[in-house]
Amino acid sequence: MKRRDFFAVMGGGVVVMLVDDDVYAQESGRGGRRDVPQNLSAWLHIGETGIVTVYSGKVEVGQNARTSLTQAVAEELRAPVASIRMVLADTDLTPFDNGTVGSQTTPQMWPVIRRAAAAARETLVDLASQKWMVERSAIQVADGKVTAGDRSAGFGELTNGQKLTRTIPTSVALVPATEWKIAGTSLPKVNGREIVTGAHRFTYDTKVPGMLYGKVLYPASFGATLVSLDSAAAEAMPGVKVVCDGDFVGVTAPDPFTAEKAVAALKAEWKPVVAEASSKDVFAYFKKNARDATGGAGLTAYTVAYIAHVPLEPRSALAQWKDDALTVWTGSQRPFGVRSELSQHFNMPEERVRVIVPDTGSGYGGKHNGEAAYEAARLAKATGKPVKRNWTREEEMTWAYFRPGGLIEVGGKLNPDGTLAEWEFHNYNSGPSALQTPYDVPSKKEQMHQSKSPLRQGSYRGLAGTANHFVRESYMDELAHSAGIDPLEFRLKNTRNERLRAVILAAADKFGWKDRKKAPGRGFGISGGFEKGSYVANCAEVGVVDGAVKVVRVVEAFECGAVVNPEHLRNQIDGAVAMGIGGALFEQVDFAGNKIVTNRLARYRVPRFVDMPVIETVLLDRKDIPSAGAGETPIMGLAPAIGNAIFDATGQRIRSLPMVPGKLPS
Amino acid sequence: MARVTELDVNGTRHRIDADPDRTLLSVLRDDLDLTGTKYGCGEGQCAACTVLIDGTPTKSCLTKVGTVAGKRVVTIEGLAPAGKLHPVQEAFLEADAMQCGWCTPGMILGAVGLLQHTPHPSEADIVSSMNGHICRCGTYSRVVQAIQAAAKKGVHA
Repeated sequence: MKRRDFFAVMGGGVVVMLVDDDVYAQESGRGGRRDVPQNLSAWLHIGETGIVTVYSGKVEVGQNARTSLTQAVAEELRAPVASIRMVLADTDLTPFDNGTVGSQTTPQMWPVIRRAAAAARETLVDLASQKWMVERSAIQVADGKVTAGDRSAGFGELTNGQKLTRTIPTSVALVPATEWKIAGTSLPKVNGREIVTGAHRFTYDTKVPGMLYGKVLYPASFGATLVSLDSAAAEAMPGVKVVCDGDFVGVTAPDPFTAEKAVAALKAEWKPVVAEASSKDVFAYFKKNARDATGGAGLTAYTVAYIAHVPLEPRSALAQWKDDALTVWTGSQRPFGVRSELSQHFNMPEERVRVIVPDTGSGYGGKHNGEAAYEAARLAKATGKPVKRNWTREEEMTWAYFRPGGLIEVGGKLNPDGTLAEWEFHNYNSGPSALQTPYDVPSKKEQMHQSKSPLRQGSYRGLAGTANHFVRESYMDELAHSAGIDPLEFRLKNTRNERLRAVILAAADKFGWKDRKKAPGRGFGISGGFEKGSYVANCAEVGVVDGAVKVVRVVEAFECGAVVNPEHLRNQIDGAVAMGIGGALFEQVDFAGNKIVTNRLARYRVPRFVDMPVIETVLLDRKDIPSAGAGETPIMGLAPAIGNAIFDATGQRIRSLPMVPGKLPS
Repeated sequence: MARVTELDVNGTRHRIDADPDRTLLSVLRDDLDLTGTKYGCGEGQCAACTVLIDGTPTKSCLTKVGTVAGKRVVTIEGLAPAGKLHPVQEAFLEADAMQCGWCTPGMILGAVGLLQHTPHPSEADIVSSMNGHICRCGTYSRVVQAIQAAAKKGVHA
């Protein structure tokens, strides 16, 4: 949105704070814009009625970004929460953003929005100072009002119909975490009421008048190509249109029931391709196809299965063409990425594509692309009507991408005093995040080996950090036991990192590690780690009965700098514990013959109520350290803590995720 | 089988014209625009589509609309018709028992059904009664807390 458009959209008397390249071009030399990367922008507007509207390209997927960003505004602008509107993830209205990925909203977007709000606050002080002819130092801003002595004015009143533009100076003073009044508190989810009443419209729920419902006929197996299509029966159904273009086959119908019947009536013949690997032999496949398979001999092999995100709202999109411009509503973590995809698919400039992301039914890194958006747009173009394309669960579990599987080989040697002397670590395919050990080792070799993936793979909450933590923290346990050193003591002995030590000690203390009591079928495990600016440690207690593992209790200590919203952080940790247990104990994508076997929830077990342990969280609130993200790192220590506890209970080291109970002796 | 022409939802008799083999979920969402009831799996595994039928929590994705004639259906939209939240909705807000919110309407109706049947459930009662509901965000422990809190206050729905 350009500056003049911005005023046109918002109208009225306004103060606008922009971090925007075209404003920079107009006003270069003012403010310190150079240090703000182009992908980190936010716009803030104060209307005549005092309503504050903030524009950010971030997406709400349940991580409560809408709430935490609102807190940033309320804190710095000193505006009541109820007066703040967050406009998120609309490529026509919000500044460019790389995507809601990598736990970056808090460390990157949050400070930008704080600066925008602080600059707006200072502008209000300037306006009051001019209007009332008083010193700036005599002016206070609080609770949506500007006051000086007995004079007082609301924010909207002060803007007085002017169209003011300000850039954000780098020097603007931010409220230190030790003095936060709204940031750092447990502000409830700002749109919680819409959620509990069912009023919120997710993409899956959106409708426009006259829209059709689209379905796509996918190949019988990955990579298969279309040989022939008999669409006569489908086309005979009232209102049904069949779109066939290369290997793309889709239908539209006036209602979803007819669309389903129509796609089921298509008779297609597909030419399959030979499958390169199945879930049974994929780990050897990773090593065989690695670009640089030079792992040393004598290492210990661990494996990590592919797993599925299973966002409870499946992929969905609504596409509408008008005068060669395309508008798409879709649940994606990368609205601008989807805009770019669509622009390329349809060979049109990005300015003619608008992507809007309603608050979405979760993502976990699984909604980076515009698959449904593309399908809906393609069908809408072919039919000349708006088209809704809601994926089914089976489509979501088959045609989305997966968290990569991986083979990891690890080795290490200790000095006589139990300190690490050597460390070697090779990750095949699952990714480089958290590849480096946070422990002190004089001699180490850590390598990521790219390989081929037989499945479509992509981002995931904690992605490779989970795999690499699982292996490192499990193997640290192996080393500790080989040296006869307590696993807690062994970790402390091998790191001088004060923040890592702090979370490990906090978790062990809360858990009562030193007082733990051995009992038959009962085991205790510990893990620690660091990723994406945050430190995590877990202690887990498991019970193993007849080969079945039950996680009884989990303590998680977590430190991500200054805590933005304690209750929402605890909620994220609760969720990470739940999701972590799934990946640790039972989640696994089975595939063979270029088909997904685990293509339904009846065949792919996710954590449920009955799987939940007692969860205890210790937050280390470091007000002296800038806030880091917390969506991912809290998941990374679960699997090794549980695996180490299983070893403690049974003497069996399970070196594969998931750690399938069947592999245990009864 | 004859088409279904009437459905009692949230205390209102709605005129519809639906194939009896269609799911109740689809009729609620697509014909009546009651989109608070969610699709999660279509196979009865996640309970995101839970509604109350004559007071009993029921998976609307497995329920043919033809079987619901003459029965009272309550969806999430019918739980707080006058704008005053149901105590279970209040309890979910207070316990922050949600993240993305996709499973929340089904969870709340499941909880309302449970509390109508068992006003003072033990934790084990809650877990076994709610275990069919999936929250992929993993807010299970908070949902348990919310249901316990609602039970403590007393729910007269």
